[in-house]
Amino acid sequence: MTASEIDTPPAEPTDAAASPDDCLIRVRGLRNEFGSYVVHDNLDLDVRRGEIIGVVGGSGTGKSVLMRSIIGLQIPDAGTIEVLGQSITAVRDDADIAIRSHWGVLFQGGALFSTLTVAENVEVPLREFYPEISEELLAEIAHFKVLLTGLPGDATLKYPSELSGGMRKRAGLARALALDPELLFLDEPTAGLDPIGAAAFDQLIKGLQQTLGLTVFLITHDLDTLHEICDRVAVLADRQVIAVGTIPELLALDHPWIQEYFNGPRGRAATAAWHRASERTA
Amino acid sequence: MSTKPDFTLTPGEGGDTLVLTGAMLVSTLGALDVRLRAITTPIAQIDLAGVDAIDTVGAWICCRLSRDTGAAIVHAGDGAQRLIDALHRVDDGHEAQTVRLLPVWLRVPANTGDTVVGLLSGAVRVLGFVGQMVIAAGTLLRHPSRIRGKALTHQMELVGVNALGIIGLMSFLVGIVIAQQGAVELQQFGAEVYTINLVGRLTLRELGILMTAIMVAGRSGSAFAAELGTMKLTEEVDAMRTIGVAPMEALVLPRVVATVVMMPLLGVYSAVMGIIGGAFLGQVSLGIPFFTFLTRIRLVVPTYDVWVGLIKGPVFGLIVALAGCYQGMQVKANAEEVGTRTTAAVVFAIFTVIVLDAFFAVFFTEVGWG
Repeated sequence: MTASEIDTPPAEPTDAAASPDDCLIRVRGLRNEFGSYVVHDNLDLDVRRGEIIGVVGGSGTGKSVLMRSIIGLQIPDAGTIEVLGQSITAVRDDADIAIRSHWGVLFQGGALFSTLTVAENVEVPLREFYPEISEELLAEIAHFKVLLTGLPGDATLKYPSELSGGMRKRAGLARALALDPELLFLDEPTAGLDPIGAAAFDQLIKGLQQTLGLTVFLITHDLDTLHEICDRVAVLADRQVIAVGTIPELLALDHPWIQEYFNGPRGRAATAAWHRASERTA
Repeated sequence: MSTKPDFTLTPGEGGDTLVLTGAMLVSTLGALDVRLRAITTPIAQIDLAGVDAIDTVGAWICCRLSRDTGAAIVHAGDGAQRLIDALHRVDDGHEAQTVRLLPVWLRVPANTGDTVVGLLSGAVRVLGFVGQMVIAAGTLLRHPSRIRGKALTHQMELVGVNALGIIGLMSFLVGIVIAQQGAVELQQFGAEVYTINLVGRLTLRELGILMTAIMVAGRSGSAFAAELGTMKLTEEVDAMRTIGVAPMEALVLPRVVATVVMMPLLGVYSAVMGIIGGAFLGQVSLGIPFFTFLTRIRLVVPTYDVWVGLIKGPVFGLIVALAGCYQGMQVKANAEEVGTRTTAAVVFAIFTVIVLDAFFAVFFTEVGWG
């Protein structure tokens, strides 16, 4: 994420296939199986530069497994995954994935290191990749990253066990942003937050994405989040990505699960809320 | 690759102009930041015209310089300006807080004090824990239908049956060693035959139960602490409470009772394996036939030696299980605590078992079971 990249506006989502340069994540023919249970089979997905892509699907359709495959935590049984033009699947040794410094990951529970303070948590990736940064600068970076995620400054000295669930998520986000990544992976960032907190978190992600020019891979069940901040939504079902597009595009499709997902009682409420909100801003 | 960032100072009216060039990125800034901090002359302007790439860390350094010196930032690109604005918005003007460690001459007494206070309050908590356990046991005795038979038998299997292999092997080998070493010494007096007395009395009275207790502390006591500690961390214990299942009844008592019951059994088993080991060595290298060795044991070992071992068994079992369960249930904060608590459980259990064993030795001699 550099200024020159920020200055180029994010590619407008179009129906045409993205050109190779715009494609930050390219998944082809992915297959994941646990024993005899096939999670993914021949799954394809493209994530374009500068977009927020939401990944939805019923429980057990392998949303988290897809994310773990992309970030190299789960070795797929078949298929190729390229991130920033580098293959993840060809690498067998964890240490060889050099592009790790280009992405940040927020796990569901925050996954903060419980024996370190919030500031130390944020400093971990910085120390790992850039040992020449001085202690003072490290402390300052941790401080402003924590402030960027909306936590108060004194939270830096707290331990994860002293934080609430929502604060832990923000601290996890601060750690994910520590290296100024181009790519941000978020696993259910708003799950377990109150509606006000969840809406604030949505705006936080959108704001950071616009300011920092991030590409965001977002797993969520939160229909409001999908409406509010996602440029495109990928639907996981039947072991594949069955559709990718904006919500109106998805609604035009005649797939029973998509229809039920977006047109169920909760889906309708979220759509109505989104329409009201956009009318107010218009 | 991005170019290395650098700076030049151009003197001007009212202060210098700091001209930054190159890529101001987290990956390249480490050395530059140290040099920028060394600048002492006043700065009036920060010129970013020569910066070809910038990220939040680069923007932060500009922000900090401008805040600390009052300098104006000029010629920032759109992206750089957006980052700097975002940082200005969130910057609360406070310095980054770091944990300040006390100087060593204060830290040592402080830690010592903490430890002493911790020991005292720990003793009170142990007492409370034992009390809770006794109450839970009383409740279960009045309502026997609530006794968790399945959990109890499962723990008995884990603590007792699954330990048979390793305890058997260990005792067999120790039996061989005692017989071997004893025989070497006793041979000097022509008294090898007393090797049988040595092996029989030592294993039944002392070593069988003591080594079993140490092995169980390492195998099961540590497992109790780690299991319960992890369950505390993942809020499983809280979940149990809310469902109306008392953790004392469901988690602690089955483990304690299983260990108390299994310990004397394992102790006797260990003693038997030790005697077999001694008899094996007698057969192989001392010329005492295997079964003669076993028959002699019956004649030279007084019955009260067996009782001594059997009496110590449940006491040691209680200590090992209590230490494990208590430490496990004390875990509150983090993963590291599970580790330290588990260590504490094992160390405390082994230490206490050895100290008590010494007391038992004196006691039984005094009452005439020498």
